[in-house]
Amino acid sequence: MPDTTVMVEGGEMRIAVLSGKGGTGKTFLSVNLAAAAKDAAYVDCDVEEPNGFLFLKPEIEKEESVEVAVPEIDESACDGCRSCVRFCRFNALAFLKGKPRVFPELCHSCGGCSLLCPKEAIRERKRAVGVIEHGRAGGVSFLSGTLNSGEATGVPIIRQMIREIPAAPVTVIDCPPGSSCSVMESIKGADFCLLVTEPTLFGLENLKLVLQLARTFHKPCAIVVNKATDSTKMMEAAAREFQIPIFARIPYDAELARASAQGNLAAGRETFRPIFLNLLETLKGSEEKEA
Amino acid sequence: MKIAVPSEGKQMDSPVNRSFGRTPCFIVADTETGDFKVIDNEAAAAQGGAGIKAAQAIVDSGAGAVVTFHCGENAAEVLNAAGIRLWKAVPGTVADMADAWKNGTLAELSEIHAGYHGHG
Repeated sequence: MPDTTVMVEGGEMRIAVLSGKGGTGKTFLSVNLAAAAKDAAYVDCDVEEPNGFLFLKPEIEKEESVEVAVPEIDESACDGCRSCVRFCRFNALAFLKGKPRVFPELCHSCGGCSLLCPKEAIRERKRAVGVIEHGRAGGVSFLSGTLNSGEATGVPIIRQMIREIPAAPVTVIDCPPGSSCSVMESIKGADFCLLVTEPTLFGLENLKLVLQLARTFHKPCAIVVNKATDSTKMMEAAAREFQIPIFARIPYDAELARASAQGNLAAGRETFRPIFLNLLETLKGSEEKEA
Repeated sequence: MKIAVPSEGKQMDSPVNRSFGRTPCFIVADTETGDFKVIDNEAAAAQGGAGIKAAQAIVDSGAGAVVTFHCGENAAEVLNAAGIRLWKAVPGTVADMADAWKNGTLAELSEIHAGYHGHG
């Protein structure tokens, strides 16, 4: 197989791949972009349902626990002043029978309660909320987070993963679906946002949501139309209206669907590899223009 | 006994609200004297933990029972810890709930839902 992978020269580029809804093709695009780049990092931020590993099949080299700080009350020192309960805007503390009670899964680890306590009756203890796996898949450094069942938020895991991204010319951040806190955390440090969509009305409405989010964060962005058919005209009209370029169109193709269903990379096939290589080139070009 | 009921309005003839944590207000009715007071539910617009905050207001009101259609697990934990019993509401007004509670026709609330815990 001839080596047609491109090397993104110069600085590092972090590309966040997002979409307003699940099943649009975030992971499909992310793993294939990472695989097409010669030297890349892939970060699976969809910590509620990480699935990038199914396609990249990395060898896991290290697993680490993600812990958050939660308050622990020393009831003998507490005089029941309630200042911690009044302070907590996440309502993670209740006041029952003269003492505060902690609801750890609602705590956002701000540390305010322990700072405020006049009796120094609040210490912080560590609580595990999930794990991060580090591995390699060929030239791709692989990072993937998994949130423990029943936990309310994956943000601490995403924040830690983003901090730990190894140096690579291209980093692809596979975002969670939607446009909530965990997506914001995933795109914060990105240089570019690729908005994956499909040419349906549902896809269009979700595109508007993520576009609004990316613009709130002042990120340059472009559309990738997945499952592109003749009806892609609708997306072209939308792209003109929102003044956002379409960087790639991935065809609605049975062979692609079959490859994905079998856990295979489309970028490994001659027919489809140019889509991802061209997209990388376009991204590289847009970054130079920005600079 | 004082009983707390999530209410759509500030009168005894207001309908019971379908939600516990997000109800606009609670009415705490004294079943012996017929007096009542209204507690605005500050948790209605809370980002998270609304059930806990709402339950806290009820604990602080001195109510001994809650009549509600629904209750999440965190709110139930707060209410249980304070020794407040939960009764299942039936369609009607707050006054109807107070009467039904007095007549002993209400069933205990057995379904505690897992909470929505949505982080926006």
